Amino acid sequence: MSHATGLKYLKKDSLPLMWCSGCGNGIVLAALLRAFEELGYGNHNTVVVTGIGCWGKADDYITTNALHTTHGRALAFATGIKAVNPKLNVVVLMGDGDGVTIGGNHFIHAARRNIDLTAIVVNNCNYGMTGGQFSATTPADSFTSTTAYGNPERELDICALAGVAGANYVARGTVYHGRALQNHIKEALNKKGFSLVEVVSPCPTHFGRNNKMKSAVNMLRWLKEKGVTREEYERMTGPEKNGYFVIGKLADRNAPDFNTRYEEIRARALGQ
Amino acid sequence: MVETAKLIQGNQAIAEGAIYAGARFFAGYPITPSSEVAEECSRRMPRVGGVYMQMEDEIASMGAIVGASLAGVKSFTATSGPGFSLMQENLGFAVMAEVPCVVVNVQRSGPSTGLATKPAQSDIMQVRWGRHGDQIVIALSPSSVKECFDLTVQAFNLSEKFRVPVILAADEIVAHMRENFTPPAPGELQVIDRKKPTVPPEQYKPFEPESDGIAPLAAYGSEYVFHVTSSMHGPEGVSNNNPANATWKVSQLHKKLELYRDEIVLTKTFDVEDMDILLVAFGAVTRAARAAAVEARKTGIKAGVLQLVTVWPFPDRELAQLAGRVKTVVVPEMNYSGQVAGEVRRVLGPDPDIKQVNKFNGQIITPQDILKAII
Amino acid sequence: MKERYEIILAGSGGQGLIVCGMMLGEAAILEGKNVVQTQSYGIASRGGFSKAEVIIDRDEIIFQQVQKPDLVLALTEEAMEIYASGSPEIPVFYDTTLLKTRSGENLYGFPFTEMARELGHTGTANMIALGVMSAVTGLVKMESLAAVINKRFSGKVAEMNIKALNLGLALAAK
Repeated sequence: MSHATGLKYLKKDSLPLMWCSGCGNGIVLAALLRAFEELGYGNHNTVVVTGIGCWGKADDYITTNALHTTHGRALAFATGIKAVNPKLNVVVLMGDGDGVTIGGNHFIHAARRNIDLTAIVVNNCNYGMTGGQFSATTPADSFTSTTAYGNPERELDICALAGVAGANYVARGTVYHGRALQNHIKEALNKKGFSLVEVVSPCPTHFGRNNKMKSAVNMLRWLKEKGVTREEYERMTGPEKNGYFVIGKLADRNAPDFNTRYEEIRARALGQ
Repeated sequence: MVETAKLIQGNQAIAEGAIYAGARFFAGYPITPSSEVAEECSRRMPRVGGVYMQMEDEIASMGAIVGASLAGVKSFTATSGPGFSLMQENLGFAVMAEVPCVVVNVQRSGPSTGLATKPAQSDIMQVRWGRHGDQIVIALSPSSVKECFDLTVQAFNLSEKFRVPVILAADEIVAHMRENFTPPAPGELQVIDRKKPTVPPEQYKPFEPESDGIAPLAAYGSEYVFHVTSSMHGPEGVSNNNPANATWKVSQLHKKLELYRDEIVLTKTFDVEDMDILLVAFGAVTRAARAAAVEARKTGIKAGVLQLVTVWPFPDRELAQLAGRVKTVVVPEMNYSGQVAGEVRRVLGPDPDIKQVNKFNGQIITPQDILKAII
Repeated sequence: MKERYEIILAGSGGQGLIVCGMMLGEAAILEGKNVVQTQSYGIASRGGFSKAEVIIDRDEIIFQQVQKPDLVLALTEEAMEIYASGSPEIPVFYDTTLLKTRSGENLYGFPFTEMARELGHTGTANMIALGVMSAVTGLVKMESLAAVINKRFSGKVAEMNIKALNLGLALAAK
């Protein structure tokens, strides 16, 4: 059996990618495009919606329909598309700043509404494009260009938020664990209702450099070491858990999505 | 026909007008005094094959209607001052990405929360200049329940024809007023749909104007695959940072409306043939101005009224042509600064005597308020 | 019958004045008239000064607000203070269940709420008022109001409102 390469969804005339060397975005893009291929997505029935940020530039490299929106609002635009055309595959690419900091409210409500979108949030723990300022997912005490003495705030657990808000599918992967990541993305795309894949990813240019992981290799080592299974994580006690995060599938359910619910309500309105 | 006339509220007429124009998606967030538009849409949309969505805020509402419109469905939202402020960024997106949609702003008293249930006409400059970046917009302002309906249809038509967002700058008075109104039969009012591409899909450029100055717009999900971006872009729709391209793009966004200026600018006149004084009004205040003109004539003062049905682009030529006949121009409006009076001065220069009648305390401008300025 | 009427219905939020104004307007539309109905209210859905205005005219209604009322209904002391002190020739109808009784040639006090309670629902007080106001002034025909009631309500509710309307009519005969 031949392996999907995803290359047919890559706009070759846009190469080289604008991302820094050592950035994880290329790995996520490759995983996404291979998943498209494995699922047989067409360019015409797929819309990639992005916000503003490094990962939000991904639409420039993809051959499907695309909508590059405003900072933090990609889910809102995507919601409108899906609401009027449920047949479309709508995939939303956001970073941690875009998706869950400025766009946190939309993230909560897209999950609560369970609208059939797939959100791929690349979490590199800072605002890469604007020079490495801290975001809602920057770990406490970390150094960024706006936390010179360490971050006084705590980091947000994106997956836990999506889970409690009602997402049908939640998984966390890293760019080190490439094969698992591709499977999570494929499962998320296949899932009806709101699905989230958080991808922990290196930003050697900013977050890494500011936090003693200047080389991309160091950052990949960090992902390899700190990303653990739920079982491994639960075996740890108290302070041992510091710096570690769970990877794998975290929620999987089949609550009816927004469009299904709306059609039920429509039938009621029409007295059927 | 009297038999089918109904007592209809302005907000309800806006919702019905939108549905008449073919709108099948509404996304909004409740806010006084526009909430009845949302309520009406929540009841009607599921019954006409459309979708009503109540979003988490006005930012999301504006984003959702742009998304839905790009998926090929006529879309709109309705709000008031605070919500309109929140919509500005994504409204600018609709300008930049040339996405047809209609935004209803039922103006209420401000600044900030202000007098939440009271009328104002103080967003006129925000409608024109509220977003970052240089751009022009179309805004219409109704003075009656019938105009709420008709101008909503008109707003969709202009929006669809020119691939622009159109703002219906209503006010609390017309929005909450009820009048006898007979909705037009299907086909009675013209309904315009956006121009679709006719070239083979691989040749489609979503931002390349045709000879009429307007680029056709495909829909997501059709055989045409296309890319839309908030960034500066070329005819193909992909980011382009070349200064020559930016010059072309920003000019194109302006020129496509400048080209059709006469079709977009709508005005009405009352008793202007023999007038000595011109009253310039818009929205609900038009009615007070007309009543004042009638009263003034009883005392021998010949007053006429110019109603700015289109507020933006500003009806400068129509105003200049009428004002040439008079020595005094009076501009009544429900704001402090004279947002429209300033435009009137810009157009007419220092010669005519331009008087302002301003009320900004939530109370309605009456014919007597205007008469005081002209008698 | 006059060509034009300007009516003020004043009281507090939750008293059903806007619906009352709408029903009056709908009745006038059935008679081929032009109608404008407006309201003024505060931020509270219940309580606080609330006013509905109705203008009925054979011709186009240019200015949308009441300027010289031909008729006032007052359902709170506050509303009474505002409107009863005006011209003595303007008839003011008020509810003696809710307001203290006053004397004056233009003042028509009736226990609308008390009568409505006896009828079975205080919500019909406004219909009694509309009945007597229309009967005294010729504002709209009883048939028109009855037609509006039957369009808006059905069954027992419609029946009760028709009874209320007739009670109002009977008051006018006194």
